[in-house]
Amino acid sequence: MIEIRKVSKWYGQFQVLTDCSTRIEKGEVVVVCGPSGSGKSTLIKCVNGLESFQEGEVTVNGISVGDPKTDLPRLRSHVGMVFQHFELFPHMTITENLAIGQVKVLGRGKDEAIERGLRLLERVGLKSQAGKYPGQLSGGQQQRVAIARALAMDPICMLFDEPTSALDPEMINEVLDVMVELANEGMTMMVVTHEMGFARKVADRVIFMDQGCIVEDATKDEFFGTPRSERAQLFLSKILSH
Amino acid sequence: MNYHWNWGIFFEQIQGGEETYLDWLLTGFGWTVAVSISAWLIALLLGGLIGVLRTAPHRGLAFLATCHVEFYRNIPLLVQMFLWFFVVPELLPRELSLWVKQDMPAKEFVTAVLCLGLFTSARIAEQVRAGIQSLPRGQRMAGLAIGLTLPQTYRYVILPMAIRIIIPPLTSEFMNIFKNSAVAFAIGVMELTFQARQMQEDSEQGIETYLAVTLLYFICAFIANRGMAFIERRSRVPGFIVGAK
Repeated sequence: MIEIRKVSKWYGQFQVLTDCSTRIEKGEVVVVCGPSGSGKSTLIKCVNGLESFQEGEVTVNGISVGDPKTDLPRLRSHVGMVFQHFELFPHMTITENLAIGQVKVLGRGKDEAIERGLRLLERVGLKSQAGKYPGQLSGGQQQRVAIARALAMDPICMLFDEPTSALDPEMINEVLDVMVELANEGMTMMVVTHEMGFARKVADRVIFMDQGCIVEDATKDEFFGTPRSERAQLFLSKILSH
Repeated sequence: MNYHWNWGIFFEQIQGGEETYLDWLLTGFGWTVAVSISAWLIALLLGGLIGVLRTAPHRGLAFLATCHVEFYRNIPLLVQMFLWFFVVPELLPRELSLWVKQDMPAKEFVTAVLCLGLFTSARIAEQVRAGIQSLPRGQRMAGLAIGLTLPQTYRYVILPMAIRIIIPPLTSEFMNIFKNSAVAFAIGVMELTFQARQMQEDSEQGIETYLAVTLLYFICAFIANRGMAFIERRSRVPGFIVGAK
C-alpha cells in the first residue's frame, strides 16, 4: 500500500531524513515513534507529498509521490491525514468542514456530502455539534471531527501526525478510541505518536526513528520485548517508566 | 480677528454664473467619491492578487510581486501622480502617446484613479500578505491534504480567514484613500480640494470654505469606517479569537 524506499531529505545543509525505507501493507497499522526532531513528522508528510524529498521514492498504491507528473491533489484526496493541531477550517461549520473536500474534490452533490458527513459525525459521537464552528468545540472534539473529515473522502489509508500531542490528558482517550475502532475495522494506518498504549493495543509494527534514520522496524512483540537497538531501549525505558 | 464671517456664502451664486458655491463643493465631493471608490476597486483586486503572489511558492512571481510593492511604497504619492500624468504618456508609443495626451476622455480622472489605485494596491498587498502569513502553516497543509489544489486552498481555506484578520488595517486604508484622493487636485481633477481652492479664491471666504470641506472629508472617512466595522461584525467567526492558534 505505502512503500518508502531510501528516502533522504535536506533543509539546506541539514539532513533531516537519511535513507529511510519501510513498507506498509494493506490493513496494517504501523506506529512511528522516536524523540522530537527525529524526523517522524517529516517522514509521514512525505507520504502524501506535503513535504518534498530530494532522494529516494515513495509510492502509494503504486503511484509515485515524488514524480512531478503525478496528480498530487488526486493522490492526496484518498490518503486521509490528521494533524497535531487539528487544522479544521475555523470559518466553516463542522458540517461544512466535512463537506468541502467531498464537494470540491470528489465532485459529490452538496446534499450527499452533508449526509455522508453527518453519518461520520455520528460515528465519532458528535452529531449534535454539526452546526457549530470549530472554535466552539474542545480539542478532543475537534480532533474527532478532523478524523471524520478525512474519512469523508473514503481514504484508502490514513496518516496520523501526533494526533493526541496537543490535547489535554482527559481528551486523549476519546480520540484514541476512535482510532482503535478504525484500526479494528481494517483501515491501513500510519501513526506518529508517543502513545505506547495505543501501539500495544492495535499496532502490527512499530518503527523507531532517531536523527532522521529508521533505527528499528519491528513487529509489536519484538519491539516491546527487546528492541535490538540501544537507542530504542533507552527511549522505551524513559517513556514507559512512569 | 478682523474677519467678515458669511455662512450664507454657500448659497450665493458664483461670480458671473448660475451655480451656487454649494454646487461647486458638492460637484467636487462627487468627484472625490468617484475617484476614491474607483481607485479602491482597483486597489482591492490588484492588491489581493499581488499579496497572494507574494506568498506563492513560485519564486519568479513572488519576486515580481515584491517589486510592485517596493515601487509604489517608496515614492511619494504626489510624485507618482505627476509621473503618471506628465511622464508616462511621453514614454508610450507615438500613436498611443498622442491619443492619451489629446483624445483620451476624462484624462485627469482616469490618471488619478489609476495612480491612487496602484499606490493603494501596494499597501493592501502588504496587508494581505501579512494576513496570510499570520495563519498557522497547517491550514494550508490541511487544505492540500484533503485534495484541494493550491488555488482552491487559497480560495476556500486561506483567504477567507486572512481577509477577516486584515479587516481592521483595511479599514484604515479605505479611509486613507478618501483622504489621499485630495492629491488628485494637483493634476486638475475637479474634486473637493480643487473646488475648495477655487471657491476660496472666488469668494474670498476661505475659512467657511475649508471648514465645510473638512466636514465633508470627515463624513466620508467616518462612513467608510462605520461601513467596515459593520462588515467586521457580520463576518466574525463564532469561537474564533484573532491571534490564537
